[in-house]
Amino acid sequence: MKLAIRTTLGILAAGVALPIAAQAEIRLGASVSATGPAAFLGDPEAKTIEMMVEEINAAGGINGEEIALTLYDDGGDPNKARTFATRLVEDDEVVAIIGGSTTGTTMSILDVAEDEGIPFISLAGAISIVDPVRDYVFKTPHTDRMACEKIFADMIAQGITKVGMISGTDGFGASMQAQCSDVAGAQGVEIVADETYGPQDADMTPQLTRIRNTEGVQAVLNPGFGQGPAIVTRNFAQLGFDIPLYQSHGVASDAFIELAGADAAEGVRLPGTALLIGDLLAEDDPQYKVVTEYAAAYQAKYDQAPSTFAGYAHDAVALMVDAITRAGEADPDAIRDALEETQGFVGTTGTYSFSPKDHLGLDLTAFRMLQITDGGWKQLD
Amino acid sequence: MMTARGKWTQLAVLALVIALLPLFFPSGYYYRVGALIFVNALSVVGLVILIGYAGQISLGHAGFAGIGAYACALAPEHLGLHPGLAVILGAVVSGIMALLIGRPILRLKGYYLAVATLGFGILVSMVLTNERALTGGPDGMSVEDLGLRALLRDLGWRLSGGEFWYGVSGFVLLIGAWLALNLFDSPTGRAMRALHGSEVAASTVGVDVARQKLRAFVISAVYASVAGSLLALQNGYITPDVAGFMHSIEMVTMAVLGGVGSVLGATLGAAILTLLPQVLTVFAEYEQLVLGAVMIVVMIFLPQGLLPSIARRIRGRGE
Amino acid sequence: MDALLQFIFSGMTVGAVYALVALGFTIIYNASDVVNFAQGEFVMLGGMITVFAHQAGLPLPLAAVLAILATAALGVALNKLAIEPARGAPVVSLIIITIGASILIRGATQLIFDKQLHRFPSFSGDDPIRVMGATILPQSLWVIGGAVAVFVALWLFFTRTLTGKAVLATANNRVAAQLVGINTGWVMTLSFGLSAAIGALAGVLVTPITLVSYDVGVALALKGFAAAMLGGMGNPKGALLGGLLLGLLEALTAGYLSSQYKDAVAFIVILGVLFVMPQGIFGHKSTERV
Repeated sequence: MKLAIRTTLGILAAGVALPIAAQAEIRLGASVSATGPAAFLGDPEAKTIEMMVEEINAAGGINGEEIALTLYDDGGDPNKARTFATRLVEDDEVVAIIGGSTTGTTMSILDVAEDEGIPFISLAGAISIVDPVRDYVFKTPHTDRMACEKIFADMIAQGITKVGMISGTDGFGASMQAQCSDVAGAQGVEIVADETYGPQDADMTPQLTRIRNTEGVQAVLNPGFGQGPAIVTRNFAQLGFDIPLYQSHGVASDAFIELAGADAAEGVRLPGTALLIGDLLAEDDPQYKVVTEYAAAYQAKYDQAPSTFAGYAHDAVALMVDAITRAGEADPDAIRDALEETQGFVGTTGTYSFSPKDHLGLDLTAFRMLQITDGGWKQLD
Repeated sequence: MMTARGKWTQLAVLALVIALLPLFFPSGYYYRVGALIFVNALSVVGLVILIGYAGQISLGHAGFAGIGAYACALAPEHLGLHPGLAVILGAVVSGIMALLIGRPILRLKGYYLAVATLGFGILVSMVLTNERALTGGPDGMSVEDLGLRALLRDLGWRLSGGEFWYGVSGFVLLIGAWLALNLFDSPTGRAMRALHGSEVAASTVGVDVARQKLRAFVISAVYASVAGSLLALQNGYITPDVAGFMHSIEMVTMAVLGGVGSVLGATLGAAILTLLPQVLTVFAEYEQLVLGAVMIVVMIFLPQGLLPSIARRIRGRGE
Repeated sequence: MDALLQFIFSGMTVGAVYALVALGFTIIYNASDVVNFAQGEFVMLGGMITVFAHQAGLPLPLAAVLAILATAALGVALNKLAIEPARGAPVVSLIIITIGASILIRGATQLIFDKQLHRFPSFSGDDPIRVMGATILPQSLWVIGGAVAVFVALWLFFTRTLTGKAVLATANNRVAAQLVGINTGWVMTLSFGLSAAIGALAGVLVTPITLVSYDVGVALALKGFAAAMLGGMGNPKGALLGGLLLGLLEALTAGYLSSQYKDAVAFIVILGVLFVMPQGIFGHKSTERV
């Protein structure tokens, strides 16, 4: 947030608003949850957006014009997110917005973007963001529902039909829990136990004991992110379950293995993106180039591996830059139209093809079923 | 102490500020910030009555804001109620709720009262988070539009969303401030302020302590509820964050920061804390650091809050 | 049956975490009538500093000692810089000051360290101990043992040592305490240092179980605060039992009723207890001076 960001000096200096640099520039806005309860998502997203804008500007910008990024931290508060979205549109006069780390903040930004006709790429999971399709709203992460479908498909392949679910009560866990319950029946999976835990809980053995004592449970599924899944995984090992544990894409990162402990995490299955297993990809894999280059740059700049969520931000910036380039002008409507025409764009999450009826543009192939093996990742399909 | 003339001065200052501020707004975004300040100030004025007049603390008032907010989200959808009427429904529900829990809770003192109110606030936010079928859970739910702006447009008065809500929030805040200032000088207000000094002393001079505390609690709950409703209607989308613990803390901090005994002070406190994150966006990483430091420094050096301390200094110079 | 035992083990583990936080509240409250809402931040610091000192190459025990000492120093600083200058302020102001301190510490931690989750290895491995079909981790025994040890030490301190009695006397009547020759300033320094140290110790013990990041303090402080209130503020026995009770209540609710509303049940019980016993289970009545 220090470099390459044009900022207004805030309300106190409002009367003497500074004239903006004369050089032509493309004003890009972002509001992510870099702090607060969703910092887990927003922090790597903010880092990614800043890094990529720097890179693009260093390489000469878009069609010779530099990107002027205005990035705000909404702290995961939908109320703040709406204020910042208003500020981006009305005060900073951006031509496009990226952000909305959580579904709540996305819904707040979306309203402003839709009202004012500014293209907006969301970084949140819920299906309700793009269903029904809104003219100016796109998103890069797969929906929770797709994660559920991917997991259930894998379960069916393993002959598992009765599942115990334990989910976090945070937005991510609750939303995915609802989607999984919703699609389970259609895929021939029955949810026989449905437990929850608070995002800051220290021990989930009571809930897991209940699941263990449920008749016929063949696998446990844990939608959630943050420390919850790591603790569930440790408790799962502690209680000596002999059935498989499935986690969600919410924990698809190396940090998860470290937190849960390689022993406890051994054998855990989850849907993840190519980003996580860049070094395992075949060189002719379409995602190989984009994934390895981005991961290397992020690692070099921030000394840590990018998370799946960081990948969502990467794809959002890349899609936006691609659309602006094709639009040829920094006009919100032109950018929107160009975005919607995006075809076969390869990102870290998957290959995007938008259409007037589909503002997500990903299918199930974007997910790869992974298993934690010997403290690392193994691709199953 | 304030006098009757003080009351009209305060109201006039507030009205002038609300009316004239837009002259200096360079863009529509400032209307949004202004509207937020007024909404926050409204709930803080309620706390002025509870903390400043009656001397009771609450760390759970966001719970009432949550009730007000979700009343506006739920009642139109499920009861077919007009969003405007939902505001009143929310206020009534909040008032009754405050009446019911206030009776036992307000027997507690100091920190015990703090934890009891805190528990209430957490219970409300927990219900809002967990009853997903109804409330949409942590992801929240949409709120129907008030429809008033469209009506004004049909009458030929075109307002942007920001301008409209700036006006509505400012107007409601003025009414809230007027009621609070009236209460201050009324017999009820005097009785409330008597127990702020000492409950034992107040009861010996014939003040029904329990009743006055309850009154202050219910009134402040209604303020918080209406503020929550306005926020929900204005945002068009609501999540359980509105009822969260941090929101309760924020409200109390605004009240104490500006000056807990004073309506204008409350507005000032609300303005400062609402503006802080907007001004600090360049240093977003330092926002928490600055907020924490401001809270400590003001409480140590200006224990009466900003406005009363400043007012005293000015008056001191005049004498 | 083994299920019940498992719930109890879980409740004891979580309860001991709450008890450790609650015990930290006790000393400061006893010395100054201040409930320190930044107590959760001391716990967080205990974990965070240990993590980073350990990463920097210090052996774990040394890192833990460093974390406890550093946090104790911070506790003393908090008293000198924020609590003492505001002496005599009303409860609301003190609540705001300590909440301000907690926000400040959180903000600083996120700048100095990071926003990631961390963990260091359990002290005695991760092989669960089996008792009649239920399991408990060795680290849980460390936490429970730690809570009991801190309780015993505090109880001895307040009842058997002159310094401990001086702390109680200071809380009871500051002026009278000064008159009988108690250095009340030193008593305050001592109690903030001790409280912070206990908080940091809690952080060191619980991090292998709960994990740590810059923002875990609020939830811990809330639960610890509730536990201390449930047991009766200022009483080490109340803090220990309040914590354990709260933990057991949550675990049993999650086990037998609904995991969704386990936190709700905990708060409902606290409200209920306070209605019947406005001073908590082990609190004593005080009369208001006019």
